[in-house]
Amino acid sequence: MLRYVFRRLLTAIPTLFLIITISFFLMHVAPGGPFNMERGIPPEIKANIERVFHLDEPVWMQYLRYLGNLAHGDLGPSYILINFSVAELFAQSLPVSIRIGSWAMLLSLVVGSAMGVLAALRHNKFIDFFIVTLATGGSTLPTFVTAPLIQLIFGLSLKWIWIGGWHDGELSAAIGPIVTLALPQLATVARLMRGSMIEALNAHHIRTARAMGLSDFSVVVKHAMRGALLPIVSYAGPAAAGLVTGSIIVETIFQIPGVGRAFIDGALNRDYTLVMGTVILIAIFTILFNFLSDLLYALVDPRVRYD
Amino acid sequence: MTDIVAVKGRSLWIDAWNRLKANRAAIISAIYLCFIVLLTIIGPNFTGHDFTTQYPSYIRVPPSLEPYPKADKLDQEIKEIITRAHLTLKEWKQEGGRFLVSVTSTKPIDDRVTRYLDRSDSFKDGKVENKSADGLEMTMSASVQHLYFFFGTDISGRDLLTRTLMAGRVSLLVGLLAGLVAVTIGVLYGSVSGFMGGKIDELMMRIVDILYALPFTFFVIMLVVFFGRNFMLMFLAIGAVLWLDMARIVRGQTLSLKRQEYVQAAEAMGVNSWGILMRHIIPNMLGPIIIYVTLLVPQVIILESFLSYLGLGVQEPTSSWGVQISQGSRNMEGASYLLIIPAFFLTSTLFALNFIGDGLRDALDPKDR
Repeated sequence: MLRYVFRRLLTAIPTLFLIITISFFLMHVAPGGPFNMERGIPPEIKANIERVFHLDEPVWMQYLRYLGNLAHGDLGPSYILINFSVAELFAQSLPVSIRIGSWAMLLSLVVGSAMGVLAALRHNKFIDFFIVTLATGGSTLPTFVTAPLIQLIFGLSLKWIWIGGWHDGELSAAIGPIVTLALPQLATVARLMRGSMIEALNAHHIRTARAMGLSDFSVVVKHAMRGALLPIVSYAGPAAAGLVTGSIIVETIFQIPGVGRAFIDGALNRDYTLVMGTVILIAIFTILFNFLSDLLYALVDPRVRYD
Repeated sequence: MTDIVAVKGRSLWIDAWNRLKANRAAIISAIYLCFIVLLTIIGPNFTGHDFTTQYPSYIRVPPSLEPYPKADKLDQEIKEIITRAHLTLKEWKQEGGRFLVSVTSTKPIDDRVTRYLDRSDSFKDGKVENKSADGLEMTMSASVQHLYFFFGTDISGRDLLTRTLMAGRVSLLVGLLAGLVAVTIGVLYGSVSGFMGGKIDELMMRIVDILYALPFTFFVIMLVVFFGRNFMLMFLAIGAVLWLDMARIVRGQTLSLKRQEYVQAAEAMGVNSWGILMRHIIPNMLGPIIIYVTLLVPQVIILESFLSYLGLGVQEPTSSWGVQISQGSRNMEGASYLLIIPAFFLTSTLFALNFIGDGLRDALDPKDR
């Protein structure tokens, strides 16, 4: 087990390295730079600014310098937001994204699994059909359609939720983005859970459990659900990484100061260090959550062994 | 001796077609999709509006089956026109199909003032009916120009119906073309990798694994932002990102197909690798490829709309459903139809494509249920 953990962490390093390299060069071969848009800067001053940030050096030297700083845990200063380092920006935006993301994840796991189990227990009945239809809708509707519709219906018409901005994460302001983020995940979880639950309920050990006179609750929750959870566990890892590191669309529409917004602002302003920082952050989260979900897999299913 | 009756064989495709016909959701979706495609291709020619024409008198007017201008708005409209012409309105009345407008002024009136009526979106062919001898009084006539805006107009006063159909054209075209780019790359890459095997296969699939690890939405955004908002580039970016799944599927299929006897026979007869790939391997994978294309097109449409939503996609005056939804969500206060109409078209098309994809999967690959 320990060897497996070690090996997984070791293979993450070249992956991360490649992602950094590709993003870095992609960004730097593109025309334009962070200080090109400023009108009216005399060339001498621009040259001075670029010298301070080492942007006048050849790209490969900048690359090596960036890697060197990164090895010391330094993500560099933001080029656009004066007096802020990228790490400081993340210290502000990451907690916001994590908060929304983890609530959305919790919501989709709990409600999605419940819906899936319900549909499986009433297989081919009306409620099953209803849930499957809902799930199809949830996974087909893109976020940029559901988000404004939720704003329109629950914000403008019914005035249940606040849609004018983040408001320091008040519940009425946070509920819209959380639900919007959760919907597609919820639909997928429900579909996965329904499928694996139908299979699990037909398994031999469930028939045995029923024959031995166990209560319905005990059969469903203790015996069937445990096996049925496996696909959810392997799905949840990558999904959680995506949610926690922020959905660009949701953060843009609901004006949430999270990581996704930071990335878009950074990309539009060519804030090289901020964009690089976000890409690295996303990559780390993805690798980490995939790893965690694989470990969890072994906990839920004792047949899975890593050595 | 009994006669031996040759049983007419059923090909894979006829079998699949029969299974597909039994799937009502897929058939209805297919009909709906054909309808939408036809509508976006020929529809804009029959709406009576050009998708770039702006009507300054009709900005953000709601959808209506009645023609504009509305009768109760005419009074205000005439007053505004006369004020704009620096004249004083005496009276106006309706006679038959024409409107008679009597005006006075302190200075002699030029005959060309009728242009003020023509220039408004509500009236056409303005004429001077009679004029007093001193030129200080005049009666003009004009007929009402009836315009239909079944879906209303957008914030620039353009007909939303025409624009939605034109936008649909762009969205569907992007979906289809970028989908084809992705599939072509994926099929070629996957089949070469699977067919070559060994070290080459290992290397090619490692590359795919690495690309999988990249945060791909971020990559598309970076590509589009840094290299300019170019339509062709967007295709390439989307196509370049979405071919990975196709490559994996095709590689797996190729691995099993290349062990078949007919491939070995072709090899023994000296057909070169490229020939075997094109003649034997790829045609036998058409089923999974077709399924994947129908599931890929909605993904591409979503991705394009997503980029357009962020303002990185197609640029004005060209529009796509994503652009329209983005504009609609910015103006939904008081004009929710601007959001709801394009959102309906986009989602119904996505639903239809997904149902067709699922239906095809059930039809072509009955084991995979």
